[in-house]
Amino acid sequence: MTAETGIGARVKRKEDQRFLTGTGRYVDDLPLARATYAYFLRSPHAHAKIKSIDTGAAKAMPGVVEIFTGKDTADAKVGGLICGWVVKGKDGQPHKAPPHPVMALDTVRYVGDTVAMVVANSADEARDAAEAIKVDYEVKPANVDLAKAFDKGTPEVHAEAPGNLIYDWEIGVKADVDAAFAKAAHVTKLDLVNNRLIPNAMEPRAAAAEYDKGTGNYTLWSTSQNPHVLRLILSAFVLGIPEHKLRVIAPDVGGGFGSKIFCYNEETMVTWAASRVGRPIKWTAERAESFMTDAHGRDHVTHAELALDKDGKFLGLKVDTIANMGAYLSTFSTAVPTYLYATLLAGQYTTPVIHANVRAALTHTAPVDAYRGAGRPEATFVIESIVSKAAAELKMDPAELRRKNFIPADAFPYQTPVALQYDSGNYPPIIDEAMKMADYKGFESRRAEAKSRGKLRGIGFSSYIEACGLGPSRVIGQLGGGVGQWESAQIKFNPTGNVQILTGAHSHGQSHETTFAQLVSDKLGVPIENVEVVHGDTATTPFGMGSYGSRSLAVGGSAIMKAADKVIAKGKKIAAHLMEADVADVVFEQGTFKVAGTDKNVPLGAAVFAAYVPHNYPLEELEPGMDENAFYDPSNFVYPAGTQICEVEVDPETGVVEVVNHTAVDDFGNIINPMIVEGQVHGGIVQGVGQALMENAVYDKETGQLVSGSYMDYTMPRADDVPSFKLGNKVTPCPHNPLGVKGCGEAGAIAAPAAVMNAVHDALAPLGVTHVPMPATPQTVWQAIHGGK
Amino acid sequence: MDIKGEYRIAAPREKVFAALNDAEVLKACIPGCESLEKLSDTEMTAKVRLRIGPVSAAFSGKVTLSDIDPPNGYKISGEGQGGVAGFAKGGASVRLTDDAGTTVLAYDVDAQVGGKIAQVGARLIQGTARKLADQFFGKFAESVGAPPLAAAAEPA
Repeated sequence: MTAETGIGARVKRKEDQRFLTGTGRYVDDLPLARATYAYFLRSPHAHAKIKSIDTGAAKAMPGVVEIFTGKDTADAKVGGLICGWVVKGKDGQPHKAPPHPVMALDTVRYVGDTVAMVVANSADEARDAAEAIKVDYEVKPANVDLAKAFDKGTPEVHAEAPGNLIYDWEIGVKADVDAAFAKAAHVTKLDLVNNRLIPNAMEPRAAAAEYDKGTGNYTLWSTSQNPHVLRLILSAFVLGIPEHKLRVIAPDVGGGFGSKIFCYNEETMVTWAASRVGRPIKWTAERAESFMTDAHGRDHVTHAELALDKDGKFLGLKVDTIANMGAYLSTFSTAVPTYLYATLLAGQYTTPVIHANVRAALTHTAPVDAYRGAGRPEATFVIESIVSKAAAELKMDPAELRRKNFIPADAFPYQTPVALQYDSGNYPPIIDEAMKMADYKGFESRRAEAKSRGKLRGIGFSSYIEACGLGPSRVIGQLGGGVGQWESAQIKFNPTGNVQILTGAHSHGQSHETTFAQLVSDKLGVPIENVEVVHGDTATTPFGMGSYGSRSLAVGGSAIMKAADKVIAKGKKIAAHLMEADVADVVFEQGTFKVAGTDKNVPLGAAVFAAYVPHNYPLEELEPGMDENAFYDPSNFVYPAGTQICEVEVDPETGVVEVVNHTAVDDFGNIINPMIVEGQVHGGIVQGVGQALMENAVYDKETGQLVSGSYMDYTMPRADDVPSFKLGNKVTPCPHNPLGVKGCGEAGAIAAPAAVMNAVHDALAPLGVTHVPMPATPQTVWQAIHGGK
Repeated sequence: MDIKGEYRIAAPREKVFAALNDAEVLKACIPGCESLEKLSDTEMTAKVRLRIGPVSAAFSGKVTLSDIDPPNGYKISGEGQGGVAGFAKGGASVRLTDDAGTTVLAYDVDAQVGGKIAQVGARLIQGTARKLADQFFGKFAESVGAPPLAAAAEPA
């Protein structure tokens, strides 16, 4: 279409009109006649046996409709929640899969574990009644400290997982890595903790369900990133409601960051209970519940070693990681520290041999699963921390050491030693551009100037790679994933010339309504205001896999392009008929079919109209209508890459770290809407800065109480915590999808923590400080300074 | 967490110890106590309303006396469920010593909370427990003895 709204244009977000004027429709906004309200009673103990639950007094409270406990769901044979990715350990056995009941049966395993569900006429009455439920607990010792999860004598979370071990998994050939280390001129060693994070989407999780007794149909409105997958799990594994009798709608959703991918017990329970109470049930998490029960992110303890030759070439990398799973295995938890983490450990480098050992541990804490970046931020943090540390030890420039080891541009497609084959990339120009934008040359004078003000200034690099655009279904299946990873699209071209794009992807902040509309507007020559994106409803959209892993554009957008190709192909036949020309001679340009070398033309809209009013139409060879479906299964992941450079100033008196400059240069392949991409990068960097400097989910190591369970104790980054970012981009188009696009949704959060922490370490290096744990809060930094002096 | 303190009470040790075992006295002195019923010489049920940071909750639970060593002291422990707010439990070891006709009451308090109270108020527990201990022992010293000669709760 026109340059103002086509591919590459900074089109303002269509969805912002309603979001900014308060007319978005979220689950909690749903007006449901005769609705009841659910409240979930949570365990205040990290580990306890439930001796008894007395709901007698609570049932007699005003407004109470029904109260359910684990026993009710067990009696009704409600299935447990599932983990959908089977990871096989070194022993060839699938991971341990302890049961995950929708409500605790006889044992609670983390603070927040669900004990009872109260359904009442109002949310307040439900909460008041929950207050009157008497639960007799026998409190038991809790296993909270991840580093000690496997120690003898640590309490076991599930009998099905002896020693709290879910799997002991490896990738790479250990003997080869050992041989490489034997030849090393230098070995850099590093111990890291990747701090646990709480997702904090702006809209808390919510669910509402309705059962239609007449038809036997259920409708669930949920804050889901992937309504079809949620329906599939609920139907096939948990509730047994046939898929065609269960409609899942994910309306406007206010952020997810991964935490809304998973199938949770609350949405399961409201659906199940809606038929029992015969009235709709609504539930919206309180912020405190979100802190306690949304699947948390990260939480690794890692030891890594990098072997280098005398010139600084990487010879081998070994990594040993313990990953926290929490008390139950969430939907995709097992894949995050294995296939989304260890497979990325080559980074942007030619490290010839890599071995990673990952052990997944159960603890008496909330489940841990994918969170923006999911495994890739953890991998990037390990690689980019150890590379910068090696540079410091060898007294080499950190950029120079990186450049020396980058995969050269002519080596693509590049097979890493950890399974992935990078399709495309060109890393040296990215770091060059980032260094130019960050004025790396001028840094030392800025450092000196800061010193004159009593501040310690440091600079840090992070050159990340990620594999996203999940993913080739065949590969996902080989790795143990339980679902396909294609995406679907349907283009409904209406008789009056406007277009609906039905996508299996789901937008909860990603701007699909704009980006996807741009694609179709550009491709079919339809004004963007005449293109509507429909998503998030299993009854109206084709089966889709939803949005996570930066896949919506690379996979979902590609499906849309395929469907658009079908529209054009069909339109071409209609136009050929109308122009009495041979199809082979018809071309499609800017929304119009033309016969080459003539002035004959038929606008696409006219061809579509003919398809719906087929008075002059080749009915013997073409079906009427213009409604095209496509499914797209990618042949590889996409591999965005980039370099971030962070500059910080540390106040040695207070330990306060200020991010004073932050530059990011990315290769996202072709870009559809630069403004939206920049927004994604901004948000990602801020989340990464949050992890590096502020955010930390803390459980009391003895009692398992979540002590950072509110905004008083869990610090989120704000606009004034970050500078204005400098962004740049370099393009190597993805060679295997029709748009040449990669993913941009997670990159910022993947790269930023290492960039910030490397800058902090660089700032403190003159004081002899070699390790600052993440997050580098003022207290932590101050202790590092004063312990290191 | 551990809070220690001392009160001097203008009464003989036996009288102080008897008061420590008197449900009516305890009821009057436990901050926010709405009811206290004696089940036996060592067990009571209690309902206490407490405010910790932003959370206010009524705790129902048990009060137990143990390590009873008349008139030298005992341990008083409480454990209460605060419904959706979580739980609170704690105890105080109380030692009584004679000092020139008055009694020096020394206490050593520990407290633990869980659930929502811990989630939003963990940082406030220390201060709250200290305040509650002060209120309890201050009022106790006042009601049992003549007006206290010197009342000072000191950190350990």
